[in-house]
Amino acid sequence: MTPIDTTAGRAALLDGSAGGYVSFEGWVRDHNEGLAVKRLEYEAFEALAVKEGERILVEALGRFPVKHALCLHRVGELGIGEMAVWVGVSSTHRGEAFEACRYIIDAVKHRVPIWKKEHYVNGDSGWVNCERCAAPGADTVHHVEAGHRHTLARS
Amino acid sequence: MLINIQYFAILREQAGRPNESLETRAATPAALYAELAKRYPFTLAPEQLKVAINGEFADFAHSLNTGDAVVFIPPVAGG
Repeated sequence: MTPIDTTAGRAALLDGSAGGYVSFEGWVRDHNEGLAVKRLEYEAFEALAVKEGERILVEALGRFPVKHALCLHRVGELGIGEMAVWVGVSSTHRGEAFEACRYIIDAVKHRVPIWKKEHYVNGDSGWVNCERCAAPGADTVHHVEAGHRHTLARS
Repeated sequence: MLINIQYFAILREQAGRPNESLETRAATPAALYAELAKRYPFTLAPEQLKVAINGEFADFAHSLNTGDAVVFIPPVAGG
């Protein structure tokens, strides 16, 4: 598994006409809804996830006068503190960069076909927003691969 | 007709397989999910799902054609 390369992500957003850039990092947290979380497992329907991610970036570039936007999302097994998602936006002025970044991360969480399974300290596990309480020990490793990248630049 | 189904996340676990090719008379994704729900211990109601046909979001009432690739999409949780 390859960690998200935020240095390369930021570099892809550089633009002489941009006055700054805003980024968001989503990290794996050690608890959710009262349960202690040990690790997460992300799974994606990659073909559609990339398409929908690109649509979200196009929407953000259309709604807000920003220069460039990029979103990177990990799949596979992630431990506490690891970065699961990164969003970056460069812009002439800061206001729209913050707005576009917020729009992208919110839309990604609601629309992109990526799922996460939480593995709890107590041995249980469950797919977030779907169901909890899969049998303890029933977890297996699936789809461990490098994060994919959506990039789009507006000319 | 023959439909190719790919399963993800909770549906993959409940179906016990990542994909299958199924000979079915189901004319729509709605009918197909109802058929699959009899065969597997799915806990998600169809109202909780989205569906993709051939790699693009589709309607549950869309007509299926032989050879279609169908994916039922559980509630997402990226980020």
